[in-house]
Parts: sequence; C-alpha cells; structure tokens
Amino acid sequence: MKLFAFAGRNAKEILRDPLTSVFALGFPLALLWLLSAIQANVPVELFAVGRLAPGIAVFGLSFMTLFSATLLSKDRESAFLARLRTTPLTAADFLAGYLLPALPIALGQSALCFAAAVPLGLPVGLNLLLALVLQLPAALVFLSLGLLCGSLLSVKQVGGICGALLTNLAAWLSGIWFDLDLVGGWFRRAAELLPFFHAVELQRAAVAGQFAELPAHLFWVLGYAAALFALAVAAFRRKLR
Amino acid sequence: MEAIRTEKLTKRFKDVTAVDGLDLGVREGELFALLGVNGAGKTTLIRMLCGLTKPTSGDAFLLGRSVVREPKAAREILGVSPQETAVAPNLTVRENLELLCGVHGLSRAAGRARAAEISRRLGLGEVERRRAGKLSGGWQRRLSIAMALVGGPKVLFLDEPTLGLDVLARAELWDVIRRSRGASR
Repeated sequence: MKLFAFAGRNAKEILRDPLTSVFALGFPLALLWLLSAIQANVPVELFAVGRLAPGIAVFGLSFMTLFSATLLSKDRESAFLARLRTTPLTAADFLAGYLLPALPIALGQSALCFAAAVPLGLPVGLNLLLALVLQLPAALVFLSLGLLCGSLLSVKQVGGICGALLTNLAAWLSGIWFDLDLVGGWFRRAAELLPFFHAVELQRAAVAGQFAELPAHLFWVLGYAAALFALAVAAFRRKLR
Repeated sequence: MEAIRTEKLTKRFKDVTAVDGLDLGVREGELFALLGVNGAGKTTLIRMLCGLTKPTSGDAFLLGRSVVREPKAAREILGVSPQETAVAPNLTVRENLELLCGVHGLSRAAGRARAAEISRRLGLGEVERRRAGKLSGGWQRRLSIAMALVGGPKVLFLDEPTLGLDVLARAELWDVIRRSRGASR
C-alpha cells in the first residue's frame, strides 16, 4: 500500500506534466511521420519504417531519462523527499516507487510509436510484441540513468545533461539518424561500446525477425542495465544517508 | 515524559560546528520555538530530531525513543513540515493528503476519511481540487502543515512555517498551528 501510494504519485507527476506529452509522444511521432514522408519521396534504406520506428522507439526513451531525473531532482530540492523520509517508507520503497511507474510509461510510449508506424507500413505481428518485451532492458538503461542523474544533479544540471547531452548522445551514437559506417573508425567503435547502438539494433532485429542477431545486442543492453541500475541504487542510497 | 529530550547533541560539518552539545527538554503539549540568526543551526537540529541527519555525537529522544538507535520507532510518532513547502505540485490538495495517508499505511478508504478530516480541520476545503503547485504561498504552507499532521504525529516539527507570508496569512497560520496543538490524533 505504501509503495503503491508513492508509485501512483510519481506516475501522476510524470503523466500530468505537459512536457511529457510534447516530448515523450509528440516529438518522436512527429519525427516518425516527417522522416517517413521524406522516405516516400526520396527512398533511403535507413528511413524504411522497419528500421526507423524501432530507432525512434529507443530515442523516445531518452526523454524518460529526463522526466525521471527531473522528478527525483525536484523532490530532493523541494525537500519533498526529505518529508517522505520521515514517513515509514523504506529505501527499497523509494527506489521501486520511482522506477516502477516509469517502466510501463516507457513501454507505453514505445507501443504508441509502433502503433503510429503501422499505418506507415510497419508489419503487425508477434515480432512487434517481442520488440516491446525486449524494450524492457533498454527502458531500464534509460530509467537507471535518470535515477542516477536525479540522485546526483540539480534540476538545472539535469536539464543540461539529460535534456541536451544525453538526447544528443543517444541520437548520434545509436545509428538511428545516419549509418555509423559512413563515419566509421573510432566513432563506430565508440558507438559499439555504448548501449544506445545495441538497443536500437536489438529492436531492429526483433522487428525484422532476425532472431540470430538478438543475443549479442541483448547481452550489451542487459549488461548496461545491470551496471547502471547498481550505480543508480548506490548513488540514491548514498543521498538518503 | 518529555516529548523531546536532547543529550549533548552535536553536529559538525568538517570545521563548522552547527549544533554544539545541546541539552534540551520539551514537555508534551508544549509549543516550543527555536529562535536564532541565519546559520544558527535551527534546521540542522530539526533534521537531527527527524532522523534526516545523523548527529556527530550525543543523542535525542522523542517520547523516549532514540533518534540514533531507534530511528524507525521515532519516525512513527513524528511529523515534519520542512522549510521548503515540499508538496507534490501536480497533485491536487486532496491527492497530496491521500498520498501521505497511503505512505503511512492507511487503506484507501481510511485514507480518504483521514484526508477529509485533516482538510476540514485545516480549512483546505475551498482549494481541495486545485493542484498544489498552483496555490499561493500561504495555501501551500497550510497544505504542508496538513500533510505533516496526516500520520497523527505526537511530535510535530515546523521549520519556518510562516516564511514568505504576509502579516494576515501569518496570523491565520499561527491560529491553525495553535488549534492543532494536542489535537493531531
């Protein structure tokens, strides 16, 4: 009951913020439609809906990092978290309370992205369901980053680091907007060491039904999810002490 | 039994001593105020008494429960309204109260009843359906105190409760605080 009350509050805070609708839904969907329109006139393999929609679904998660980090950082700065720390809530309740409501919101965001891509030619099938399931570790990567940043940074810093730096990193180093082989060299190697590229490739392989490619990318995403979650928990618990 | 008792309570931050060997006793039902210049250590003392900051040395007891050795037991009997208003901005006034009922372990039905009772007692009825973030400073302060009262605390800490309020709002809020004394349950 305690956890559900707190988790429910966090879900309401995220969903009632108008920026959620604008950035988490409006912006990715606008990109999807715009690039699909370009694709219709000037066909580019990268922007075929089967490759574009999975990429945008992952890119949309970077906004979840911003929302979850902002919520936690605001709670710290406004002393709301301090108030709740004087209640019977435990450290585990706090962690779960911030994370659990954000996960279904993140998956819902991806589901809407895929749903919007269906009229643009994305085939409907079990592969889409698999892609959504495999989006869970990617969502954990981005939400753990949000918990980490929200624990360590001020609201202003969260805006700069999660709002500008992370979204750009996720865009540039993921292969969503351009083929990484066009740059090649150290840029591609750096991208392959980060989770964004693997999260996108995981989604693309799932949507295309290329199951043999899943394990290699899933390994990277799960590894980052576990490491970032552990880091976020450590940072959060340190702040609570 | 004393509601609050501190024994040689001390807090040092590197080379700054914020609270230095404080011995203090506050009786049950007493409205006790800490006065001091900025940086005197008032907030640090409240944070230690609420279990938010660990003392460097010494101890404090809330109705006999040590905030150092029995922080969970101490938390069960305290309520706090921090210096900042500390409300959930996108939740309505009523939802803020019900949230605090929920985290104190009340069932949904019991939480609704408790929130309604606290709202009535603190005169929040006319703003119940408004989002907390849209309220004036005075209403937010009042909500903040109401949230502190939800758990039925035996010891209530109010850090700068009238900060930023005009004279009329201050007088009204002090009336609310006086009325709440000895009536939180």
